[in-house]
Amino acid sequence: MLTYNQMVVDELTDEAVDDLFHALADATRRDILRRSVRGEPSVSRLAGAYPMSFAAVQKHVAVLERAGLVTKERRGREQIVRSDHDAVRRARLALDRLEAAWRGRVERMSHLLEEIPDPDDPTTGGGDR
Amino acid sequence: MTVTSVDKDFDDLTLTLIADFDAPPERVWELWADPRKLERWWGPPTHPATFERHDLSPGGGVSYYMTGPDGERYGGWWQVTSADAPKSLEFTDGFANDDGTPNPEMPTTEVRMQLAEHGGGTRMELRSVFGTREQMEQLAEMGMEEGLKQAVGQMDALLAA
Repeated sequence: MLTYNQMVVDELTDEAVDDLFHALADATRRDILRRSVRGEPSVSRLAGAYPMSFAAVQKHVAVLERAGLVTKERRGREQIVRSDHDAVRRARLALDRLEAAWRGRVERMSHLLEEIPDPDDPTTGGGDR
Repeated sequence: MTVTSVDKDFDDLTLTLIADFDAPPERVWELWADPRKLERWWGPPTHPATFERHDLSPGGGVSYYMTGPDGERYGGWWQVTSADAPKSLEFTDGFANDDGTPNPEMPTTEVRMQLAEHGGGTRMELRSVFGTREQMEQLAEMGMEEGLKQAVGQMDALLAA
């Protein structure tokens, strides 16, 4: 949703936006991000999913990490990749989305009211309908 | 601007939005009560909604689907808790399976909509509450994926230009 991007962009500096776009401009990194939104993959599991070395996957994860899209957590011998799980951030995101959806709806309602002739007002041309 | 105020409560998971329209409450109510009008604003332009069932009487129900740009369908439903034309409407809004039946795995929101005359027009107060924090997080996750898809789509468009 466009609003999501606007919200993110509003909160970030130019440099951070560059990092964010750089991070998202690569298909493998987008896929890693998708997987870490859905679950908590380990770096070695991710490495098994792509035709590239463990080190190369680690580099991709580091780019995502720098952009603030994921965090890395050591769990035993595994490195777990997680998207941001902070509750407040999620609450904000969910409510921002809801707000964006309703702002769009209100705007469309408003346009519709202008468009649909008022049957009680002959000046709007709807009197004969 | 039509939207007068927006209040978000992260603890109560509640969005309260106030909007003013330059039309009497009866006409704003019609936008909710007439499914053909409702279809023209419920879904975003990229995902127009089609209402297959629309019964706003208390205990009644509404079912609809939104159609995406690639023809994919997203089903939704309302369970109407109370309706008082042209003043208020309360319903639960949820996601539906492909056959239109409510999908219990998916989050729901409680919506309360109130209309009142205000300054020669209508003031609409809309309150939307997530059922639980888990449901809200589920929606946020979906939003993140969706936002990601959009961001990627926009970048693709930029790169192709």
